[in-house]
Amino acid sequence: MPNASETSDALVSVQNLRKEFDISGGILEQLSLRRGRIVRRRESVKALNGVTLNIARGEALCLVGESGCGKTTAGRAIIGLLAPSGGEVHYDGRRIDRLRRAEMLPYRKKMQMIFQNPYASLNPRKRVTETLLEPARFHFPEQSEAEHLRRVESVMESVGVDPAWGARFPHEFSGGQRQRISIARALMVDPEFIVADEPISALDVSIQAQVLNLLMRARAERGLTYLFITHDLSVVGHFGDRVAVMYLGRICELGETREVFSAPRHPYTRALLSAIPKIGKDESAHIKLAGEVQTPLDLPSGCVFRRRCAHADEQCARAVPELHDIGASRVACHAVADGRI
Amino acid sequence: MPLLSVQNLEVVFPLPGGTVRALRNVSFDLDRGERIGIVGESGAGKSAAAFAILNLLGKPGKIQSGRILFDGHDLAALDYEAMRQIRGNRISMIFQDPMVTLNPVLTIGAQMTETLRAHRRMTRARARDIALEKLRAVQIPSAEKRLAQYPHELSGGMRQRVVIATALLSDPQIIIADEPTTALDVTIQAEILELLLRLCEDFAVGLILITHDLGVVFGVTQRILVMYAGRIIERGPTAEVIGAPRHPYTRGLIDALPSAARPGTPLKQIPGVMPSLHEIPSGCAFHDRCEFAQARCAAETPRLEEQGARAAACHFPL
Repeated sequence: MPNASETSDALVSVQNLRKEFDISGGILEQLSLRRGRIVRRRESVKALNGVTLNIARGEALCLVGESGCGKTTAGRAIIGLLAPSGGEVHYDGRRIDRLRRAEMLPYRKKMQMIFQNPYASLNPRKRVTETLLEPARFHFPEQSEAEHLRRVESVMESVGVDPAWGARFPHEFSGGQRQRISIARALMVDPEFIVADEPISALDVSIQAQVLNLLMRARAERGLTYLFITHDLSVVGHFGDRVAVMYLGRICELGETREVFSAPRHPYTRALLSAIPKIGKDESAHIKLAGEVQTPLDLPSGCVFRRRCAHADEQCARAVPELHDIGASRVACHAVADGRI
Repeated sequence: MPLLSVQNLEVVFPLPGGTVRALRNVSFDLDRGERIGIVGESGAGKSAAAFAILNLLGKPGKIQSGRILFDGHDLAALDYEAMRQIRGNRISMIFQDPMVTLNPVLTIGAQMTETLRAHRRMTRARARDIALEKLRAVQIPSAEKRLAQYPHELSGGMRQRVVIATALLSDPQIIIADEPTTALDVTIQAEILELLLRLCEDFAVGLILITHDLGVVFGVTQRILVMYAGRIIERGPTAEVIGAPRHPYTRGLIDALPSAARPGTPLKQIPGVMPSLHEIPSGCAFHDRCEFAQARCAAETPRLEEQGARAAACHFPL
């Protein structure tokens, strides 16, 4: 079922999401002298330029792209850690991007986040039990402390950290153990949806496998839905049901992982997949991209990828390509839509 | 005779809590123009090996015993001044993060010519010409303009190219690259690795590539050394070792890669974590994580047994 998520059973639905960060600084920094006149200039980073995607209940959607493409911003805007500049986020049929703090609270319990660096995301001055108790106390005030502690114990067991270590501080654990604890913290409130932002990038290879297995088991046991943000394509191939490839704040290809990996259509997806260092015979030559990764400061007109693309023509400079159904995937490329590649 | 021969190298860090043995009995050779990879997880000792070769071990680290023979000299016995003649001149190093390697307040041209003039007597103009030539060799567009630019004006990939150009300035015989592409995006990584490979081939430079990424080692190197808890536990031709590892740890690393498993199925995992160098287990350091371990593994440290071009330190090799 290629477009399962396009139906109404989408748990999370994101439409035309935009986010700009104003980087023009204070009023004095904005002023400059031009031809004897003082002009005020504002500058902004366009991190998200109209991201549309749906995440079906129970699926694992991977969001991939290189640094600066807006994948982390997308995750944070969807979960409500950043207020989007435009567009809509719906959760289970209800729009959540404009909610007041109090209205948002029930959703905070349903949506949790796992961060990249377990050295930075755990409070170093709190014992592990305290860190895990806090969300439970906040979101389940009707339950007793004894119930909370029982929950801490069972969650610690489920992520493979000995509950007897609850009185220890984060620095007493290895990186992999710490990431297990941050996963435990996310699981404490029985969430439905988890945004995992590069959860294994800071870990060693043998530990990556342990944490990835833990995330997959948690999904099977609890029926979790994941938005998994990563730059590591081999992880995507293993973990994701579907994959969305981002470039400069837009999605350029979206489809079932197997489909996208075996027959990538967008020129950027092709280049990205060809660049993975592989073990074993390497027949496919690495596709070189022209130029440099561009900054989201001055976006090109039309397709954001066109200055690096070997297939760009004047149409690509004129019109922004939208996602079209191409085969079983969705691709935002004029050349693919016209059958040029 | 190999260009570089590391023999029975022992590196220790005498610390208040006890002496940490960062490298234990490490031996390997590098031939002229050969490319080897050192792989391992954090704490395995791969960076310690590189730093020891260049005599860059931070205090209190020191070489306890062993020899590092380079072109007839024992680098382990050289004094500070003599080592300066070799470091950055005949053996260059490339570090992980180009933003930290380059001096942010000097132009690219200033830091490149400074490196050259530190090692050779030459005019500024001559040094500038060589810098330009090397920037072109690493395929930096509009090289002349770059000389006047500062590091922050360049992208991450361009900065790493500048670092590589700087490493090439004095036509070294060996380049040691410590995770040179870990901080870069995957498309940029592919370009930098291709560049390194081509430069080593064109100029017959020996390469010691330190990385945790088996895919990177596979694409670039001819031989591989796998390290665990300060020891070399397996070595041999890269394709052979990765294709049919003999040491259970090497096999564990390969099997743990997501590309090795069918999508959606649990990955093979190595239980536990790498031991801290303070408390290395007795016998084989890997025995308490190894599925094939027997009583002998806890009692007796396995030696790196040579078998043709390959060697593995395991009592019960695969």
